[in-house]
Amino acid sequence: MTTGAARLFLALSAACLLLESAIAGEIPLPERRSGYEFMSRETRAMQDDDNGNPATLWVLDGEALWKRKAGAADRACSDCHGDARENMKAVAARYPAFDPALRRPVNLEQRINACRVGRQKAPALAYESKDLLALTAYVARQSRGLPVAIAIDERTRPFLEAGREAFFRRQGQLNLACAQCHDDHWSGKLAGSSITQAHPTGYPLYRLEWQGLGSLERRLRGCLVGIRAEPYAYGAPEFVDLELYLMWRANGMKIETPAVRP
Amino acid sequence: MARAIVNVPSQAKRGEIIEIKTLAAHPMETGFRRTQLGELIPRDIIRRFVCTYNGAEVFRVDLYPAVAANPLIAFNTTATETGTLSFQWVGDNGYSVTEIAPIRVE
Repeated sequence: MTTGAARLFLALSAACLLLESAIAGEIPLPERRSGYEFMSRETRAMQDDDNGNPATLWVLDGEALWKRKAGAADRACSDCHGDARENMKAVAARYPAFDPALRRPVNLEQRINACRVGRQKAPALAYESKDLLALTAYVARQSRGLPVAIAIDERTRPFLEAGREAFFRRQGQLNLACAQCHDDHWSGKLAGSSITQAHPTGYPLYRLEWQGLGSLERRLRGCLVGIRAEPYAYGAPEFVDLELYLMWRANGMKIETPAVRP
Repeated sequence: MARAIVNVPSQAKRGEIIEIKTLAAHPMETGFRRTQLGELIPRDIIRRFVCTYNGAEVFRVDLYPAVAANPLIAFNTTATETGTLSFQWVGDNGYSVTEIAPIRVE
């Protein structure tokens, strides 16, 4: 190989690598670690055993709700979607997803509520209510073990960029950006707790601190209050943009729903 | 709606030690917490859990406010004869849940 050709080859492979890392997210796949890997042996055992995982209670409730008729249309989720085990497989792995009617991405909770209002003619379920968490957990449970697969196209790219911008933006009285902890110091500790890489692969999840199931937005509110920033309201577009960025950043990692976290 | 989950092996050999796992959906409100307005949230806990095997008590737990929400109780017993295991949780505000699980012993 001539020197010129070798240089060209190097430049091309460097460009390929750059392109690849831009597609794969900020932390390369081999270095990415789920929150699971930062947990104690006991907490891992709790997540691994369905009979000991308290989130199973919500999943079972979700299964009952899936089959229950609701609203003026007197229809159950299963009347349109059939068996969730088959038809909801891998769905949670691609949410937040673009909604053509709203012309912006929606998360899984918003999608479930859109179905409730639009198809079942029933009132929307409140964020963090037991029923919405149960249904979301049941739907997301069907994607367990499958890789996160957020596909970005021209329609969703502006929202992804908005989410990324929020992740790198210093905010709150402590003037901290998400990235300062979760990209730069994820091997460290904060007041005895592990700082993780912030991959939202197990939501909705059972958090021991909460003594219950909670959504990713509830977790994000906790982080925002922690840096003394004013948290967004549940379902705010800024939240969904950030969720989209975080899920995209976890592309290729396995869904763990319903996970357990300390 | 699911209020309790019990996990018992459906069959076992006579004399075998079996593991039983139970999970009850319960907030286990301690009675020490206050709302943002300063009002005390009344206590609401499971007070007792009992497991009987063909009518005979094999395991009993008294629970107190320090126990976490959705308590997981796992224990062992010896498989003696074919029959049913009955589980009962009793607590504040008239809370009472009963589950049964059959077991076949060879």
